[in-house]
Amino acid sequence: MAVLVFLDHESGVIRQASRSAVTAARALGEVHVLVTGDAPVAEAAARIDGVAKVLRAAGAAAAHELAEPLAAVIADLAPGYSHILAASGASGKNVLPRAAALLDVQPIPDVVSIVDADTFVRPIYAGSALATVKSSDAKKVLTVRASSFDPAPAEGGAAPIEQVAVPEGPVLSEFVSIALSQSERPELESARVIVSGGRGMQNEENFKLLNPLADRLGAAIGASRAAVDAGFVPNDYQVGQTGKIVAPDLYIAVGISGAIQHLAGMKDSKVIVAINKDPEAPIFQVADYGLVGDLFEILPQVEAALDTAG
Amino acid sequence: MKVLVPVKRVIDFNIKPRVKADGTGVETAGVKMSMNPFDEIAVEEAVRLKEKGIATEVVAVSVGVQQAQDTLRTAMAMGADRAILVLTDVAVEPLAVAKILKALVAKENPDLMLLGKQAIDDDMNATGQMLAGLLGWGQGTFASKIEIADGKATVTREIDGGLETLTLALPAIVTADLRLNEPRYASLPNIMKARKKPLETIAPADLGVDVTPRLTIVSVAEPPARQQGIKVESAADLVARLRNEAKVI
Repeated sequence: MAVLVFLDHESGVIRQASRSAVTAARALGEVHVLVTGDAPVAEAAARIDGVAKVLRAAGAAAAHELAEPLAAVIADLAPGYSHILAASGASGKNVLPRAAALLDVQPIPDVVSIVDADTFVRPIYAGSALATVKSSDAKKVLTVRASSFDPAPAEGGAAPIEQVAVPEGPVLSEFVSIALSQSERPELESARVIVSGGRGMQNEENFKLLNPLADRLGAAIGASRAAVDAGFVPNDYQVGQTGKIVAPDLYIAVGISGAIQHLAGMKDSKVIVAINKDPEAPIFQVADYGLVGDLFEILPQVEAALDTAG
Repeated sequence: MKVLVPVKRVIDFNIKPRVKADGTGVETAGVKMSMNPFDEIAVEEAVRLKEKGIATEVVAVSVGVQQAQDTLRTAMAMGADRAILVLTDVAVEPLAVAKILKALVAKENPDLMLLGKQAIDDDMNATGQMLAGLLGWGQGTFASKIEIADGKATVTREIDGGLETLTLALPAIVTADLRLNEPRYASLPNIMKARKKPLETIAPADLGVDVTPRLTIVSVAEPPARQQGIKVESAADLVARLRNEAKVI
């Protein structure tokens, strides 16, 4: 039986995390994908390597990935599929549990490894433990951690596109507005390098001191919960259990103490660098390279070292 | 307007969970337990709605063991008016919790359900969405702001790229994210008062809900530890190592 993947997109661009969900789905069967939005989104989905069919839920009712109509679409399509997946982003986590309830299925969120068609590994307690769970439901509904599956190539496929109807129902929610953070930098979830700041950055103005370093490394900028709560940066910068889960090649934590909630979001990074004035900060326990000292002195030194030949 | 707030008793967020030696789960015996932090935020929001004169009654609900009474007393000390404990020793999954809550909604007829977006033990992030699906209600998940007016809830949601605002027809489900509010500490007089507030106990079977889990835990293990790193002496040393040793820049 085929596998259905809900691909979420932002401003018409399919999120890289959703392409990771395609990779996870390929281990389970032939991959069909569900998308909303304009025709170019469906066309981009059709080009993803490994996608056998694109289902496009078009029209006003499916716009903005609202959970109520989309969960109804998924529940309608479900009889044809053994597994229903999405990336564990805000959209997948909003829509899939609702669809699972309509199907009388207990969803399995944040899958990091697929053992077999019924058995999956997922972190619990903010990543303090890994649970292997086996589902007795006839159908499985999963969200998968993008950091655990390589994204399927954006090009290479030529899947047919079919329209699917959005079931009629009462209007339960209405879209009002969206405010997306504007940035020229890479997305956190797809960046090869991330520079993250914490409470040690002290204020919004100082947080910008990370920009020159990020510019030199082509890095995305992230933040700890403390920095977001203090208003230094918007919520979508947050790396951690309740923010973005990332696993870049290089993660540079600046002025971040390393609360367990933060570590849960970045400890699978390939190389971790910590810069912190407190030598006892827990971030050093996960760092491959630790530099103890005043970040305001160290940052310009790192920039200077990067600028010298190498 | 009546607001129902489900709360879960979990290992206190300051405690580092320990995996049981036999790999069957995480040790909870003798461990400090508290209200799930996201649920505290939901209780706080409900109490603030009452203080603003929007909500008329706030009812806290918990599904769990006898000691979940303590969690419900905490919710009442924060300002909930009464509480319902659905008593079970089964580790109830979100699907079953959603079914229990649906049955309670039929009894209580709330206009708004406020839930934490996820519990910090199983990290499922599912109950609110599932309950909304079962009830056929609108859902506003990961809320950082809620305004109630004219029979509608306007909810600002934290999404991957920023913030999204929706309006929901009431009754509706809203799940609380971190930045919705900062929960209050219950004062001693309020803790005393909460002891006298009504707490009703019922069984899942009274609500006609089968709580048999759908997921079997095959094993629970510690995640692989990272190899111990090193401290470097200077920025130049750091950059050199990133270039030549780690080869990531």
